[in-house]
Amino acid sequence: MSFLQISNVSKRFGVNTVVRDFDLGVERGEFVSFLGPSGCGKTTMLRMIAGFETPSAGNIVIDGEDVTDTRPNRRRIGMVFQAYALFPNLSVADNVAFGLKVAGRPKSEIEPRVAEMLALIKLPHLAERYPYQLSGGQQQRVALARALAPSPRVLLLDEPLSALDAQIRLSLREEIRALQRELGITTIFVTHDQEEALSISDRIVVMSDGRIEQCGAPFEIYNRPTSRFVASFVGTLSLLDGVRESGSTVAVNGTSVTLAEPPQGATGAPVTLALRPEAVKLEPSPERINRLSARVEDTQFLGSVVRLKLSVAGGIILADTFNRPTAPPPLRGALVDLYFSPSDVFALKPGAAPGPATAA
Amino acid sequence: MASIVDAGTTGSRTAPAAGQPRRRPPRSLAWLGIVPFFAFALLFLIGPTVYLIFGAFQTPSGALTFDNIIGLFTPQIMAAYSISIQVSLASAAFGALVGFFIAYAIVHGGLPGAIRPTVVTFAGVASNFAGIPLAFAFLATLGRLGLVTLFLKDTFGINIYTLGFNLLSFWGLTITYLYFQIPLMVLIITPALDGLKKEWSEASEILGASRWQYWRMVGLPVLAPSILGCFLLLFANSFGAIATAYALTGSSLNIVPILLYAQIRGDVLYNPNLGYALAFGMIVITGCSNVLYLWLRARAERWRQ
Amino acid sequence: MTNSRLVPFAIVAVGALYFFLPLVATFEFSLSMLRGIWSFEAYRVVFDDPRFRETFVFSVVAALATIVLGALLVVPTAYWVRLKFPRLRPLVEFITLLPLVIPPIVLVFGYLRLYNSSSFLPFTGSALGTNILLVFGYVILSLPYMFRAVDTGMAAIDIRTLTEAAESLGARRPTILFKVILPNVRAAVLSGAFLTFAIVIGEFVLASLLNRPAFGPYLALMGANRAYEPAALAVIAFAVTWACMALLQVVGSQAPGRSRSGRSLFKLGRRAAR
Repeated sequence: MSFLQISNVSKRFGVNTVVRDFDLGVERGEFVSFLGPSGCGKTTMLRMIAGFETPSAGNIVIDGEDVTDTRPNRRRIGMVFQAYALFPNLSVADNVAFGLKVAGRPKSEIEPRVAEMLALIKLPHLAERYPYQLSGGQQQRVALARALAPSPRVLLLDEPLSALDAQIRLSLREEIRALQRELGITTIFVTHDQEEALSISDRIVVMSDGRIEQCGAPFEIYNRPTSRFVASFVGTLSLLDGVRESGSTVAVNGTSVTLAEPPQGATGAPVTLALRPEAVKLEPSPERINRLSARVEDTQFLGSVVRLKLSVAGGIILADTFNRPTAPPPLRGALVDLYFSPSDVFALKPGAAPGPATAA
Repeated sequence: MASIVDAGTTGSRTAPAAGQPRRRPPRSLAWLGIVPFFAFALLFLIGPTVYLIFGAFQTPSGALTFDNIIGLFTPQIMAAYSISIQVSLASAAFGALVGFFIAYAIVHGGLPGAIRPTVVTFAGVASNFAGIPLAFAFLATLGRLGLVTLFLKDTFGINIYTLGFNLLSFWGLTITYLYFQIPLMVLIITPALDGLKKEWSEASEILGASRWQYWRMVGLPVLAPSILGCFLLLFANSFGAIATAYALTGSSLNIVPILLYAQIRGDVLYNPNLGYALAFGMIVITGCSNVLYLWLRARAERWRQ
Repeated sequence: MTNSRLVPFAIVAVGALYFFLPLVATFEFSLSMLRGIWSFEAYRVVFDDPRFRETFVFSVVAALATIVLGALLVVPTAYWVRLKFPRLRPLVEFITLLPLVIPPIVLVFGYLRLYNSSSFLPFTGSALGTNILLVFGYVILSLPYMFRAVDTGMAAIDIRTLTEAAESLGARRPTILFKVILPNVRAAVLSGAFLTFAIVIGEFVLASLLNRPAFGPYLALMGANRAYEPAALAVIAFAVTWACMALLQVVGSQAPGRSRSGRSLFKLGRRAAR
């Protein structure tokens, strides 16, 4: 039994089913992200773990204790909100001390603990300030310290970085991860930003329309998406429409593309192939046996990465190469050959949620 | 003279030398646009008030004196101030309390969506049902022959008048004043309650606090400036009111405005300048209340990000 | 999170009772002049009373005069403060809030002392002068509401751009004010007007101490001498106030500033006839 076990949880609001058949086990000390677009149910699921919503079906068990019907203030869970939610009338120190005060802990215990937490978030000098005197990033760190001060069993973060500037977002997410590792606390992190989820999670739960699409480590989610939705939501993807041939090949407008394993479906059935930009190269190699002719439609210089937008007879393909000062990228309109290996191209499960042809 | 001329600098260098800045004439005319307002305010608002304030410190012959202020400390006048302050405190306190609960009920009570705008609209209208008609309305309700009085007598056999209640009294006036005090509280405190973010109560709950702990440590402290400020507003509002009292209790309840009214009408205090002192006392009390209210409001707003 | 809804509901219900009972009682009382039957006798007596008509008309005329004068005073001021003198704004706002701090009885006391027959502006020396003084007093009383309404209305329309556009087309200031600005703040002015009307109609202190035959003192007189007619008068007064508030809502919601001006007026709106 995992430390945090969510079994078959569903949530209905009237006629709308917002979460369905959610089944997940989170190990102690694990950092799991719920990733998905707005309205996919990730926040609702988080709020059910916190206790602000009650599941319509299923139950939630933390460390062996069934908390499905327990009030939020009895679950010993810490939560960080998107809007910081610091108490405006209390100083930073009093905010951090709140959970301990409420539990009736003696002052001799509270004061050192508050100092410890403030040192952890590297803001000990702000102890006497008030929330309205702090920046967004500082407020969120204080919110984090406040949530962690009472030593909760689970830490929940509801899109904590969405309200912050891009710069702060990057540095704060590293901090959150570092803190979580140091304290070893089981954490659930809700976000709609796939880059965020990929960079700091042990496991990602990709959600769509109330259910889990795929659950796995970032490497796996990115490189082996099991559905069209996951493939298009996480990372950039190029899609090619083709027709299945016998064996492991798919015909894309006349050219045969070899896959690592035979795709599903009968011979002649339509298949959609997916390619990551970094897998497509302009130079051949022993592994990159697949070849497609393409025409350069656009070149985007992104700094360290050069992204080419190429049209093939079957769709649009994006190709990423590292910037090389000595070799400028091809010009618009140039005709080039693209090479990729069978292990880099995969077929999407038929019938999954439709996404845009290329998702950025 | 330099042979190379930079087109960019020539224009800006010569402009000031070419003539006066063009802005002056329209501005002097524009002053005319606001002079009437200030003149009017001076003549009919500030002037009379200042005149009274000065008069409070003058003898009838014009010499500077504190006698008028000292003259306020007679039993009769002190009693008037005392009653006024008591009525104002009572109507402000009950108005604030009841108004707060009604506002809380409509904002956080989970009631059907149409209730809040209805209550707020009605509050807006009810806060204007002051003055003499209000006195008549309460006479018709709780007077000796009032609807409620008769209903209680005929249906439950309770005669509130024999039990000691009298509309034409301190409590009668206070109850009547509540009719515009409560709506005022509702109108002012409702936005403040809106400002109580749901995340705060959720954050407090997840940190282990009970509802009562949340209110004690976060909710009420955050609302305190608004509640206190509104209380002061209600207090000042009640202190300066006269029409309802005039029609209801007349001179049987000698509040300060009634005393001042009588003084203006017929110099009942036998000293015209005492009237100035009375007025001065009123201005001081309502002025201080309002200043405190504004200060508290500024403090409350500081916390709303 | 959804605790019992019973308590909030009970609170609102009890509140509603407190606020509706007097209205019901007044109406019922006003119909009870003739023993044993419902009748509009009290209203008939009131409407037949020549003093009712005289004082009501007097107050209506005073109200209209107040509205016109108030608008003439407030609109240009609000306009110029916004456009040219933004630094005077705190002072102007302070002045417009003073009438809410200084009790009207104090104000009229000041008038009586300052503008009596032996002063430099002997308003109270004649009936006409006193009437003018009364209207001036009413303008002061309604200043907070009128200014707030017009100012909010002007905040909603970009008067700076409107002015510049008009100027570039060759218009001069008075023209701009009357032909461009005024029509656009008309709704705001109307909002202030309805509130002013409600205030003036029932006003008591100023009219009484300046000895003018207005509706307020008439109400007081009736209250002192009669039993049922005051109830009828109260119903009439409430109806007039209701109508003003309703019209204020209607007009306020049509303005460019929408219901914001209406709602903020509600917040200010009381302390009228205390």
